[in-house]
Amino acid sequence: MPSDARKTVKKPGRSPLGLRLAAGAGLAFLHLPLAFILLYAFSNEDKSFQFPPPGLTLRWFAVAWDRPDIWEALALSIRVALLSTGLAILLGTLAAAALSRARFFGREAISLLFILPIALPGIVTGIALRSAFNLMTMPFSFWTIVLGHATFCIVVVYNNAVARFRRLSPSLIEASMDLGADGFQTFRHVLLPSIGTSLLAGGLLAFALSFDEVIVTTFTAGQQRTLPIWMLGELIRPHQRPVTNVVAVAVIAVTALPILAAYYLTREGEHVAGAGK
Amino acid sequence: MDPSPAAASAVRFRGVSRAFGAVKAVDGVDLDVAAGEFFAMLGPSGSGKTTCLRLIAGFDQPTAGHIEIFGEAVEGAPAYRRPVNTVFQDYALFPHMSVLDNVCYGLMIRGVGKAERRKTGAEALKLVKLVGMEGRKPGELSGGQRQRVALARALVMRPKVLLLDEPLGALDLKLREAMQGELKSLQHALGVTFVFVTHDQGEALSMADRVAVFNHGRIEQVGTPKDIYERPRTRFVADFVGGSNVIEPALVRRWTGLDRPASLRPEKIVLLADGAAAPEGALGIEGRVDEVLFHGAVYRVELTASEAGRLVVSVPASTGEPPSEGAPVRAAFARDALHLMEAE
Repeated sequence: MPSDARKTVKKPGRSPLGLRLAAGAGLAFLHLPLAFILLYAFSNEDKSFQFPPPGLTLRWFAVAWDRPDIWEALALSIRVALLSTGLAILLGTLAAAALSRARFFGREAISLLFILPIALPGIVTGIALRSAFNLMTMPFSFWTIVLGHATFCIVVVYNNAVARFRRLSPSLIEASMDLGADGFQTFRHVLLPSIGTSLLAGGLLAFALSFDEVIVTTFTAGQQRTLPIWMLGELIRPHQRPVTNVVAVAVIAVTALPILAAYYLTREGEHVAGAGK
Repeated sequence: MDPSPAAASAVRFRGVSRAFGAVKAVDGVDLDVAAGEFFAMLGPSGSGKTTCLRLIAGFDQPTAGHIEIFGEAVEGAPAYRRPVNTVFQDYALFPHMSVLDNVCYGLMIRGVGKAERRKTGAEALKLVKLVGMEGRKPGELSGGQRQRVALARALVMRPKVLLLDEPLGALDLKLREAMQGELKSLQHALGVTFVFVTHDQGEALSMADRVAVFNHGRIEQVGTPKDIYERPRTRFVADFVGGSNVIEPALVRRWTGLDRPASLRPEKIVLLADGAAAPEGALGIEGRVDEVLFHGAVYRVELTASEAGRLVVSVPASTGEPPSEGAPVRAAFARDALHLMEAE
């Protein structure tokens, strides 16, 4: 009986064979290159991409571990990502709060201006920032990288927060005030728990975006080398090719995990928001 | 419950206006709500009643005039410094908190210790008959239960005035009727001043001690439900609250010599067959039946009367068959059934 029921239910859910093949080919096209990176991180041959690799080894992980230049680049990348994410969470949330609550002429235009940096090609953002920093005679430094990254990090935080703010009934804030809470208490007890997960999700996405950014960084960095910039340098003048692959694997892990987490946080937004307390 | 002028009013408005740009949502309102009263603000949407409620709560500030709550001026005071609490139309329960945490929220903000506020919160939930729901989330409750949580959350603060914004609007008919009785007895038991906003005249008349009828940002009449129903002051009140007939001044002058409109309640008219003589001293109008609607206890008969225009007559179903549609009839009523209203 139950199996019969399942059979009849399953049928309409099946896609035609052609569509499934196309989907498989698409996935392979997207992910096979990544699989090669993963594979060659273990290759024992460091001069050429010979397929299949003559042998597998964990040696490159040890080599990468002992390279101070990698650690330096990684530390810089993490510091930049953390700071630009923090800046983005602060500014993006405030902007979202203001724009979702107030009604004024030009609101949609300002909303669009906030989202624009993510649609703008990185090279345009990069050039624009570089000339702006030059005009202000700001030396290129750690801080100029952070500012550059913050421009697009704000967008993802803003987008996440504004969606959640729109779902929030304005009477919730009034109810909190009515029950004696001032603005700060209302923010802490009502607003923050309601938008917390969307901020976390936005923050994780922003972190991932910043962590693997190359183009804007190229224009706004001085002598500093973030991890992606270090990798670019390694590809042009390779010392030990598999080490680059090892670092690439690490970068994939560091960026993919936050994005996955952000996906689950926003998908189950309401439940997670409720479980917050 | 008669408002005693000696004691300070629970809520007092003097010349209160609230303008949004050129639009005056509230336009020079004077209002006195007595302590312990169940007071209704009745009116169609956009009549200014909800704005008045928000002015009392402190969510909005008047652009002119003076507001007092128990003798204390509150203009400029934010919502969190006023001795009033609100039951919101959409209940506005905090979705991430349990029922008990919602009810205890105000006490937590006030700094009441955890054990004590849980005890007080549990008592409030008992008052609104929600024992056993403490751990649920608002999303897991029905509309009626959410409303009770909202009520408990406001009452636990021991407000001097409880404000209710369309408290029964989102409930279905049966629940609404049950809740009307419960709100009324709750208000009696607690002795707290209730001010509620509604667009439903039946709700206002059945629950309130006194009703203020709003129209275009002004109060047209304040009085007991019986007052408002039987002695409307204006054409708007007669029509909106009582569904009463309005007799035009021209016709009223012929009967009374006064140039004023009059209201005539549908149930005070009897229908006589055409040609039948009206009883001694009664007034009569000739007409033709347009429509007969069965309303259970009564038939609602709509006539076109030659002189009075459209006339609604309520005929008790117990008196037998109503006249058929298209039949010529004579509508008769006693002279004192005619209630004279303000000249326009």
